[in-house]
Amino acid sequence: MFNAADMFQKFQEQRGNAIVIPTGTSGRHWREFSKNESRDMNLGGAMGQTTSTCLGLALGLPDEKVVLFDSEGALLMNLGILATIAGKKPKNFFHFLMDNECYATTGGQPVPNSAEINYAGMAKEAGYASAHHFDNLEDFANSIESIMKETGPVFVSMKMVPEVENAPIGMRQRVPQRSRGETITALQKELNIKNA
Amino acid sequence: MVQEQAAILRPETLIEEFKKNGVTHVVTIPDSETNYLYELMKEQPWLEIVPASREGETFAISLGLLVGGKKPVCLIQNTGMMESGDSIRGMALDSGFPLVMVVGYRGWNRHGVITDSVARYTEPFLNALRINYYLVESNEDGARISEAFNEAQNTKRPVAILVGDEYHGFNRV
Repeated sequence: MFNAADMFQKFQEQRGNAIVIPTGTSGRHWREFSKNESRDMNLGGAMGQTTSTCLGLALGLPDEKVVLFDSEGALLMNLGILATIAGKKPKNFFHFLMDNECYATTGGQPVPNSAEINYAGMAKEAGYASAHHFDNLEDFANSIESIMKETGPVFVSMKMVPEVENAPIGMRQRVPQRSRGETITALQKELNIKNA
Repeated sequence: MVQEQAAILRPETLIEEFKKNGVTHVVTIPDSETNYLYELMKEQPWLEIVPASREGETFAISLGLLVGGKKPVCLIQNTGMMESGDSIRGMALDSGFPLVMVVGYRGWNRHGVITDSVARYTEPFLNALRINYYLVESNEDGARISEAFNEAQNTKRPVAILVGDEYHGFNRV
């Protein structure tokens, strides 16, 4: 396993101009490294469906790289999306999975079959153009440059150190973050998108 | 017989309404009632079909397409609409984007007794979420489809088109 913060630091070096959508507890670290906030998006809103929204974004903006940092608990809620993504074959879609083997936001309970499940294998067999798996930072750091040059849909599963939150929701420290609407407005403004 | 033909909702009518209203993508899970419509959609060069694995995906995929400046519609059955409750709430109602959902009204009929529970709960489900809907049963109802698009655009909310399956010709050979 490796730390999400370390992973994001290495990813930032290869981000280029990609649109980035971080999710989950591990995803909060992205803001410590991002250098292009107008292309960072918050697209959450329904259980297990951020992956689907990112597919729609990739289909809607085929000339932009769309990079999702998903979490395994969310993906398990809607595993069929792997087939949906593979079926549409978005060349610009990079699907990273931060697998900490647990529901970190609810106290660290394990997800089903957490230690044995092979998400990269599932993505590859579903029909992604390529799939990778990393359980240490060094291998990830050595591969991320070439991965970001691949043709999508690309799947990258990563074993992440869990950052478990166990305090009652009301007692947790609030980290300011932009709302979904704010990030959508910023991106549409940058790309000059006007809805018909 | 002539009356029966006139009553049929032709799939071409739906396609024409989609084109007239600038639809770019149909995000869908085909159901047993809409095969001919699906075949017809595939023939349209201006229309991209996005097949989903579960109905809840269709609302989330549509939100992403809307963010990218496209104009999607969701085409699903009422059974799948109920499965999609959290996605409709979080990705459609809360998003502030207009979205038209075309929903096959399985089990509904005007003249007989409704025995399918999904038909009994379809309108209460939409009412619970305060989603307005238009019942479309025949070609004469075609203008309601544009009305639904206009309402979605003006209110920035999802609007449903319920396709009554008693008459439509979506499954003709």
